[in-house]
Amino acid sequence: MREIESSKITEVVAKLCMEANFELEDDVQKSLEKAYETEKSPVGREVLKQILDNSRIASTERVPICQDTGMTVIFAELGQDVHIVGGGFEDAINEGVKKGYTEGYLRKSIVSDPVRGGNTGDNTPAVIHLDLVAGDKLRMYIVPKGGGSENMSRIAMMKPADGIEGIKKFVVDGVREASGNPCPPVTVGVGIGGSFERCAQISKKALLRPIGSDNKDPFYDKLEKELLILVNKTGVGPAGLGGTTTALAVHIEVAPRHIASFPVAINLNCHAARHKFVEL
Amino acid sequence: MAEYSLETPLKDEEIRKLKAGDRVFLSGIIYTARDSAHERLVKLIEAGEELPIPLEGQVIYYVGPAPTPPGKAIGSAGPTTSYRMDPYTPLLIENGLKGMIGKGERTEPVVDAMKKGTAVYFAATGGVAALIARSVLSSEIVAYEDLGAEAIRRLEVKDFPIIVAQDCYGGNAYVEGQKKYAE
Repeated sequence: MREIESSKITEVVAKLCMEANFELEDDVQKSLEKAYETEKSPVGREVLKQILDNSRIASTERVPICQDTGMTVIFAELGQDVHIVGGGFEDAINEGVKKGYTEGYLRKSIVSDPVRGGNTGDNTPAVIHLDLVAGDKLRMYIVPKGGGSENMSRIAMMKPADGIEGIKKFVVDGVREASGNPCPPVTVGVGIGGSFERCAQISKKALLRPIGSDNKDPFYDKLEKELLILVNKTGVGPAGLGGTTTALAVHIEVAPRHIASFPVAINLNCHAARHKFVEL
Repeated sequence: MAEYSLETPLKDEEIRKLKAGDRVFLSGIIYTARDSAHERLVKLIEAGEELPIPLEGQVIYYVGPAPTPPGKAIGSAGPTTSYRMDPYTPLLIENGLKGMIGKGERTEPVVDAMKKGTAVYFAATGGVAALIARSVLSSEIVAYEDLGAEAIRRLEVKDFPIIVAQDCYGGNAYVEGQKKYAE
C-alpha cells in the first residue's frame, strides 16, 4: 500500500488550476498556430491572431486566458493500492480548487443553489469523476470548463437505426447551431453509446485527448476525420464570424450500449481548451 | 468593411453609419452587466424606480471579469454569450441604451428593438480576455457589489477592438460571414 498525503493532492490541484488557466498546452497552441496559417477568411485570421496574442499575454503575465476560468472538472484515476492519508480525497481536491482560484485571481463562477442562487465564493465544488484502477498511482486531469461552450453541448437518445448518418447529422447540426456562442474554433467531444449519463460523461472525457492524436480504433479514427471535414464545411469559422476553421479536432469516445438505445452526446470546448495532467 | 474610432456616449448618426462587419475601436465610459444585473435593472424600470447607471446613449458590455490582480486596472475581461440577455435587452433599448458588446447572435426581439431604437450590437472576440483587459484604463464597481463578478462596473476604455455584429438595419455579420464559407 502506497501512501499519498492529502495535502500533496491539494497542492498540485491548486497549482494546476492556475497553470491551466494561464497557459495553453502545446497541442492546443500548435493547432491554433496551424489554423492561423490555413484559415481562408481575413476576419477569421484576425480573430486567430487575437487568440494567439492573447495566449502569449496570458502566459507571460500569468493572468487568465479567459475571464471564465470555468467550473473545475477533474477526471481522476486512483490506483487501488493507494492509501490517501491526512484527509479525504474530495476534500483535498476542493481545498486545492479553493486555493488555486483564490491565489491565482481566477473567477469564482459557482452558484451554490442552482435555483435560489448565491456564489460559493471559492469556485468549489469541483466536478469529480473517479475511476478506481489497478496500481499505486493517482492520475488526474484538471479541466477548467467555461460556461459558454458547455451550454452548447447536447445529448440525443437516438434509435439504433439512426446509425452513422444519424451521428454525423447530430454532430454537424450541433456545431452549426452553436454558431459563435462556444468560442470557435472548438474541440468537439463526441460520446457514443453507454447509458444516458455515461454518454454525456465520455463526450467530455473525449476532450482530454491531445489535439492531433489519432483514435486508437481505425474505424472511429476515420469517422473523426470525416466529421472534422464536415464540421469545418459549416462555415461557422473563428468566433462564428465565418471561415474555414470551425473546429480544431473531433474526438470520439465510445461505450457499450443497451440493445434498444443509441445515445449520442457532444460536449464542445472553446478555443481556450484548458487541461492539465498530473501523476502522483 | 469600414473602420471607425468612436467615443461613448453614442449618437444616432454614428450608429446609422455602422454596418455589420465594420471594425470599431471604442473609447470612453462603458458599463458592465450580465444576467443578474439585467434582471435587477429591468425590475427597477418596470417599478418606475431610478437606475444605478445612466442608459441614454450608453453602451453595456456583457462581461464578468476575473478578479483584479495587484497593479492592474482589471482582471481578464472577455465577453460572455449575449443571447442570455435577450429577454431584458428590448426594454433597456426603449430606455435609451444605444450599444451592447458581447459574443454570439441576438434573437429577433432584440433585432427589432435595435431597428426601432437605433442601437447597435458589437462582438468582441470571446476568450481573448487578457488582450481585451489591456484596453481597460480603469474599473470601478458602481452597483450590485453583492453579485461579485456580475456586479455593474463603470469601465474607462481606450480603443477597445470590436466588430459590428448586428447593425440597426438588421444586418448580421455572423450570418453574412458564415454564408461566404459554408460548403
